[in-house]
Amino acid sequence: MLKTTPFHARTAPLVLGLTWRRWAGYAVASVYDWLHDREYAAIRNAAALIDVSPLYKYRISGRDAARLLDRVVTRNIGRLAPGRVTYTPWCDSRGKVIDDGTVSCLAEGEYRLTCADPLLRWLHQNAFRMDVQIEDVSEALGALALQGPLSRAVLEEVVESPLGPLGYFHITRNRIAGVDVEISRTGYTGDLGFELWVPAANALGVWDALTTAGSRYGLTPAGIWALDIARIEAGLLMADVDYTSAHRAVAESQMSTPYELSLDHAVALEKPAFNGREALAAEQASGPAWRFTGIEVDWVSFEALFTARGLSPSLPTVAWRTSVPIYRNGRQVGYASSGCWSPLLKKYIALAHVRAPHFAPDTPVEIEVTVDHERQRAGAWVRRLPFFDPPRKRA
Amino acid sequence: MAQVWDVVVIGGGHNGLVNAAYLARAGRKVLVLERRHVLGGAAVSEQIFPGFTFSVFSYVVSLLRPEIIRELELPRHGLHILPLESTLTPLPNGDYLAAWGDPDLTRRELYRHSPRDAEASVEFSRLMYHMARAVKPILGMIPPDPTSLSPAEVKGLFALGGHLRSLGAEHFHALYKLMTMSSADYLDEWFEFGPLKATKSASGIIGTFLGPRSPGSAYVLLHHYMGEIDGAYRAWGFCKGGNGSVSGAIASAARSFGATLRTNAPVRQVLVRNGRATGVVLESGEEIEARVVVSGLDARRTYLDLVESKELPPELLEQVRRFRFRGSSGKVNLALSELPDFTCLPGVGAHHRGAISISPSVEYLERAYDEAKYGEFSRRPYMDIVFPSMIDPGMAPPGQHVASVFVQYAPYHVNGGWTDAKREAFGDAVIDTLSEYAPNLKTAILHRQVLTPADIESTLGLSEGNIFQGELALHQLFFLRPAARWASYRTPIRGYYQCGSSSHPGGGVMGAAGRLAALRILAET
Repeated sequence: MLKTTPFHARTAPLVLGLTWRRWAGYAVASVYDWLHDREYAAIRNAAALIDVSPLYKYRISGRDAARLLDRVVTRNIGRLAPGRVTYTPWCDSRGKVIDDGTVSCLAEGEYRLTCADPLLRWLHQNAFRMDVQIEDVSEALGALALQGPLSRAVLEEVVESPLGPLGYFHITRNRIAGVDVEISRTGYTGDLGFELWVPAANALGVWDALTTAGSRYGLTPAGIWALDIARIEAGLLMADVDYTSAHRAVAESQMSTPYELSLDHAVALEKPAFNGREALAAEQASGPAWRFTGIEVDWVSFEALFTARGLSPSLPTVAWRTSVPIYRNGRQVGYASSGCWSPLLKKYIALAHVRAPHFAPDTPVEIEVTVDHERQRAGAWVRRLPFFDPPRKRA
Repeated sequence: MAQVWDVVVIGGGHNGLVNAAYLARAGRKVLVLERRHVLGGAAVSEQIFPGFTFSVFSYVVSLLRPEIIRELELPRHGLHILPLESTLTPLPNGDYLAAWGDPDLTRRELYRHSPRDAEASVEFSRLMYHMARAVKPILGMIPPDPTSLSPAEVKGLFALGGHLRSLGAEHFHALYKLMTMSSADYLDEWFEFGPLKATKSASGIIGTFLGPRSPGSAYVLLHHYMGEIDGAYRAWGFCKGGNGSVSGAIASAARSFGATLRTNAPVRQVLVRNGRATGVVLESGEEIEARVVVSGLDARRTYLDLVESKELPPELLEQVRRFRFRGSSGKVNLALSELPDFTCLPGVGAHHRGAISISPSVEYLERAYDEAKYGEFSRRPYMDIVFPSMIDPGMAPPGQHVASVFVQYAPYHVNGGWTDAKREAFGDAVIDTLSEYAPNLKTAILHRQVLTPADIESTLGLSEGNIFQGELALHQLFFLRPAARWASYRTPIRGYYQCGSSSHPGGGVMGAAGRLAALRILAET
């Protein structure tokens, strides 16, 4: 049996079509309803509740907690004040990205790191002779993402103390249905949203409070298919989909640096020493060989390929996660790693790795499209990420 | 006039059959001579108890080279490999350690014992993937002689050097460590949970007279990883019908290419005239003429028994005399009325479709080795158990089962020699130990066959009962297997070749030696 999340007793009856998938050894819903359209719409139009409990979570505390994190991640953790959260990748000594996630400063000397892959061994290896406790709280904590323009309204109905102006990438403690929770102004949708960190034993009460209050706001449990479209619109990359962890890659060509993933803002070269710093400093000086960027497919050219065969354009219904070649002037210059039709932007968009010097925004490129079982190329442009960036995201 | 064969292959084991198949495929007229009534050597399936089929000796397929499966089209000839995915290590405290086929389940199980090992295990597997990739071309290479200046040998050395450089520093260093360290020390660098280290290090002692703390055992560990990693061809598992079906498929391929396979045809001697092999003479006195004679037997039989010593240089004879066999393992085959019910995981479950490993700690294994070191069989031995009837129901009558128990240590040179009484005492030690973990075992046994290294030697002709035709020790590998200067399947006698596991790359149901010898013969004759 796969593991089930602390919310399973509530989510399981909602999954109508046995559409379960694996995530880090857990069974989670790809979609609850028959289709994901309504779940996606809730993310952008109302409020969606997404079970993200399978994330790996580590509690790091002690005198050297910040020192350990500063050695591991590329962001400056020394500057992360209590009550703040930051997004960061982390690298091996060659500057190749192992994974990415968030670091929350819960109190002075107390942090929580979330990631896509297990990291306990790496943390211990880096913590040699440090005064630090590393606790795997992955199973002890359930996690819910409450995302969408009405998410704040729903949350304000259930919290026991006033939520206040909890800012973007801030975190606070509160109580919901008598349960102590942590609430962060974070998410994976590029929308206004929160993530709730809930003790696994009392998780169901929190779910019930949210869904009861949320029913007046159109709160909808949403699965991974809906989330995937939202995160592509938001230009957020996914480990092991958009890049290969340096810990999993078999050949160096499969690995990426933070600069190649366009995560420049998350690399604090001013920090004295951290894993990969030397390699990253050299790369920053010379400029990255690749960039992670948006691709927008030229609808006119895309449609023409179908029209020429007597067909209407056929769009993917769910986001794809395969490698699709990107060309310029007849030569391959990169590959897209995720893509979808954006129901909100009405554009066919993708996330792609593009080689220098072809990654400048608005560079015309071509993307491979299969039309009537034949490989064709449709026109496209390199676009700056994110595709969707509403003011409410940071509100 | 009597028929003159292009090639006579002595020994119908899997390597002899592979050799014959490749030579026949190239158009040679090939005759295989097998001493026993059944083909396959140590890869045989026999009904030793009515209704129950046993892979009497070797019992899983892990290392059979994918190129052999492909080139001889073995699936077309009946090779059907079924998955054998889990390993269960029952522990004396009533708990267990399991490795399942599914990575998520395995991670969760390991995490229960050690969160760090759960992650280390993924990294370790990735390293072993690289190591297997590093070694793979070496397995398919005729070993070059590093002391020779002949252009062909130098070319081979350059290819080898280039390959090693291409590994990159990190992997080259790991390979060096694996070649020199003990499996227990090597695993200590990775893991903390004792039963995990023990179960993994057990791969480093199989078929070898080494303990998990003996240097060199890490290589044996790697040797066992090579096949396991080759996921693309799923060459790891259990062969439908038992390991006799592996030999059966190769034999069928050989026949389809026109080879003639004779059983009950023991060879007494290789005929040599003017330094050149001219044929063989059977125990019956029958003489068979051939342009090329290939021995699939081990080095001791190939050089010391099959030819007169005057035909060979004394240095080579001395090396072969010193080639170490020292069989260390035995086998217990059981016909069962019901499956053993393990206290740690009651009832019939997925674990019965995988291997059961009796390896609770490195100390347990090392202690088992200590007894063997001083000439006794292990009272509480290491065991690797599978229930073939759970994977292929055809192996036993409906509802009943066969168990294959690989046991170590059972030294060939046991104090006082192997007698019937000692064999049964050894069998009792095995059953008693296993019963501690599965108390219903004794009442479930319908029939028991116990095989000691002495039995393996007398039945199959494997010297000292060594399952690899000689230990996989660093000084007996690659350009030193079986002897310096004679690691390229040739012998000093023109037209006389060796194709058994005594030559590179060694044992396991791999077939690589048979194939490489055939390629050498085709290039030279």
